[in-house]
Amino acid sequence: MAVPKTLGLETEYGIVHRGAPEPNPISASSLLINAYLIATHQAPEPGRAAVGWDFTDETPGNDARGGAPAGSLAPEIETHLVNAVLTNGARYYVDHAHPELSTPECADARSVVVYDRAAELIAARSMEAAQMLLPPGEEIVVYKNNSDGKGNSYGCHENYLVSRAVPFSRIVTHATAHFVTRQIFCGAGKMGSETSGMRLDEAGYQISQRADFIEEEVGLETTLKRPIVNTRDEPHADAAKYRRLHVIVGDANMSQVATFLKVGTTALVMAMTEDDAVPREIRFTTPVAALRQVSRDLSLREPLELVDGSTITALGAQWELLAAARAYVETRGADLVGGDVAHQVLDRWEAVLGGLERDPTSLAAQIDWVAKLRLLEGFRSRHGLDWEDARLRALDIQYHDLRPAKSLAARAGLETVVDEAEAERAMTEPPPDTRAFFRGRCLQRFAAEVVAANWDSIVFDVGEGSLRRVSMTEPTRGTVAHVGTMFDECGSAIDLLRRLGAAGA
Amino acid sequence: MAEREQIRKPAPANREQSVEEAPPASERGSDIKAQLDDLLDEIDEVLETNAEDFVKSYIQKGGE
Repeated sequence: MAVPKTLGLETEYGIVHRGAPEPNPISASSLLINAYLIATHQAPEPGRAAVGWDFTDETPGNDARGGAPAGSLAPEIETHLVNAVLTNGARYYVDHAHPELSTPECADARSVVVYDRAAELIAARSMEAAQMLLPPGEEIVVYKNNSDGKGNSYGCHENYLVSRAVPFSRIVTHATAHFVTRQIFCGAGKMGSETSGMRLDEAGYQISQRADFIEEEVGLETTLKRPIVNTRDEPHADAAKYRRLHVIVGDANMSQVATFLKVGTTALVMAMTEDDAVPREIRFTTPVAALRQVSRDLSLREPLELVDGSTITALGAQWELLAAARAYVETRGADLVGGDVAHQVLDRWEAVLGGLERDPTSLAAQIDWVAKLRLLEGFRSRHGLDWEDARLRALDIQYHDLRPAKSLAARAGLETVVDEAEAERAMTEPPPDTRAFFRGRCLQRFAAEVVAANWDSIVFDVGEGSLRRVSMTEPTRGTVAHVGTMFDECGSAIDLLRRLGAAGA
Repeated sequence: MAEREQIRKPAPANREQSVEEAPPASERGSDIKAQLDDLLDEIDEVLETNAEDFVKSYIQKGGE
């Protein structure tokens, strides 16, 4: 039985410190985030420690297959760098050499778009705030892409709450079918190839930023030998009931429609997988090669080999998954996959597949790889450039620039899914319909008493000698419906803890 | 939740156009071309001036 699809994104941003004598991406990322915290008064008062991230429950080395295979490398946790919890329930931190923002837990794909756009606005505000602290001639710039074009990649990870009861092998089968083929509408587009042995067409353009960096079918790693299906088994919730599917294969999207579809369609595929409602298994003979082939096939027409000896195109696989999802929602309803939003996802999914089939260029306002290719082709023909010209590579990178004055995506006429005002509110307000509401409200109201927080708990120090941990292992609890009135009625953290204790929450 | 429903359609100008009679294909084509020209004008203005250096110096550490 499918569980409600609680969703979220973790985006690592590219960062450049211009004009610095010895640029260091780690210190630039720290400066960027601290500048934001100070500018938005979320930094600690003098003499108090910051609300830190609580690492006690982090176990990124756990493998969903049970027992990691020999030779696999468990990710390490860095605990010493900037690591903040925001009042909207998000986490904003330095990961490796990048600023990273994890959205709060969201209850549907539309809410993910709201918080992903809010994250872009937070990054833009951070750059402005950093500018006030930097010497003249220096600037920190943030990019929402996944590759530097030189073989280095950083991720935009997706998270889906799924039932612990579903066999992991079934997740692998259907997730692989979807991830290999969904690129055709959620690829962000890229000039050039960063893997040897695979040709590109004359333009040297491919659909996905990320496909070149995917080398395995299934695995625990995220920094090398990256897999199509990641097995990190760290639910950040009741582990007896839940898994969290941690998806590392996707691109970061500038297009809101692409983010909406990426998350919305995957949530549907996961719910169908849990309920064993996908009519057939689409198994590729060589999934990694198929993933890269799809990324390089701008015609969307190349056949991909299946283990049963037949072939299917990426579009064909997506039509099949869409039909299955429609049937699923018709029989079981959409309550677990976002309600009305799931119907919007289905309609968008169908419209976009139709557009891709008839004429991909018709989707230049919706799909990143199409929008970027239109800019590249237009610019190239206006200036009579070769495809190798550095200006085209520059255009590719600058498409993802998050400075409003420089972003090319912001100028490309992309359709929006959410109002800008709603995203601005979401920079500081948590979503009302997941446990992120509880986390966000605690930080808005009682930041002085919150010692640390993480996805599934908050630790308070209310001066009674010992610290008090509030556990939140149920992602769908702690919503405005559950605890909204409680916050209205509590004047202090002690009040809140007393009420929670009395309610047995 | 009622206000959370709508997926916004493209710019109002486009919407009005599709309600009225569709202009002949050649006219639509020149509209699209004019839009792209405006966009390319903007790109000419904001694109990094020294593209070669910019691309060369855009180096990131691997992440995740």
